[in-house]
Amino acid sequence: MWSWDVAADVLPLLLRGLWVTVQAVFWGMLLALALGLVWSVLRRSRRRVLAAPASAAVEFVRSTPLLVQLYFLYYFVLPGCGVPPSAFLTGVLALGMHFSCYTAEVYRAGIDAVPRGQWEAAAALNLTRLQTYRHVVLPQAIPPVIPALGNYLIAMFKETPLLSAITVVEILQRALNYGSEHFRYLEPLTMVGLLYLLVSLSAAALVRRLEAWARLENA
Amino acid sequence: MTDSLRRADGNPIVRVRGLYKSFGGVEVLRGIDADFRRGEKVAIIGSSGSGKSTLLRLLMTLERPDAGAIEVDGERLWTMRRKGREVPANEQHVRRVRGKLGMVFQHFNLFPHMTVLENVTAAPRIVLGLSAAEATARAHRWLGLVGLDDKVDTHPARLSGGQKQRVAIARALAMEPKVMLFDEITSGLDPLLVGEVLNVLRDLAHGGDVTMLLVTHRMDFAREIADRVVFLDAGRILEQGEPEDLFRSPRHDRTRQFLASIR
Repeated sequence: MWSWDVAADVLPLLLRGLWVTVQAVFWGMLLALALGLVWSVLRRSRRRVLAAPASAAVEFVRSTPLLVQLYFLYYFVLPGCGVPPSAFLTGVLALGMHFSCYTAEVYRAGIDAVPRGQWEAAAALNLTRLQTYRHVVLPQAIPPVIPALGNYLIAMFKETPLLSAITVVEILQRALNYGSEHFRYLEPLTMVGLLYLLVSLSAAALVRRLEAWARLENA
Repeated sequence: MTDSLRRADGNPIVRVRGLYKSFGGVEVLRGIDADFRRGEKVAIIGSSGSGKSTLLRLLMTLERPDAGAIEVDGERLWTMRRKGREVPANEQHVRRVRGKLGMVFQHFNLFPHMTVLENVTAAPRIVLGLSAAEATARAHRWLGLVGLDDKVDTHPARLSGGQKQRVAIARALAMEPKVMLFDEITSGLDPLLVGEVLNVLRDLAHGGDVTMLLVTHRMDFAREIADRVVFLDAGRILEQGEPEDLFRSPRHDRTRQFLASIR
């Protein structure tokens, strides 16, 4: 019952959808990496006015489902801010924000592993706290946590079908559209699964190489 | 208290008045008063827990005192004058005063992701804004002084303990502080490697006008280079004086016991 003709017919559509997915993950991950770092630094601030709201925000985002955040951003927050609603942009924003709360934890573990003596040496050399982060702490904290960050890259990739809920036509949505038009679901959905597998495995390989490179750099 | 600070004789580079510090209910410093003259080499001795490391850490601003005042080169560490009143110091003020101090730690605390050269040039470039060329020239000068000019491209992990500590000394000196704080810098070293670090300190003590405050267990070395020895006991300065006097004829039983215990 598997038809190679159907498979060949649907593949270009799926690849176009995959490209949307990959772009969403790329920008989403970039945002998650940057924002996560901001959260973890803010949470460590000695100023409570900075640390407390950051902690609250992270807890809030981590304790609510991504799907709800997507709807909320798409229908209320962005329109409320006067931003013209773009499903793709909303998706990137939601993915980035949601996963930044997980990357923040990863960064925290990395920063915690840097010995206190490093902070003290930097203070004795009169570096500010931000200079200490940038030149002393983060270069030591980040390489060991690259694998953990990479896991969230793959996790994010696997969450992207949720974006179809706010009308982003990513790969799964393409497959479902094709299915409802042609009454054929087997080939599109199977191929979606295979393409996900392919991308996840290559991403995992990429992370492993990055990890090996970081280890060498730090040796 | 401000008056007693102003009246202190001479022109000390570091003045400490009424310094108190507790950790978790344990009083580590219980009222320290001391003056350190410009260029003076002072050995701070005492049993473990007497507060000697804490005193250095307070001077370096790694800890904040519970009470009391520290003045470096005429400026208070944690307060500043504004409109004729003492107000809590802002970040800028603390950093300016802190810039007059440098510290070397027992466990080196070199930056493992940087080469020896980068360890020594980092702070002058980042904090003082020196160009790469200026900072490198300065680093070579200090690394030359500690005898490690040939190790510039090495990472700290490949150095011996003694070499690490010499790099740490060069790193602190490259910021050209007026006061150098040495916190048991030979205690973590293989006995065979202590000599090379002490040699560097000796050169520094004889050559420079930098004020040196050393927390040490090496009484022989204290006797050799210190102008003054300060004995700390249970968070207070119990006794101080020239090394010869203090070591030969301590006035207090506690000092005598301590000196006997470490021989």
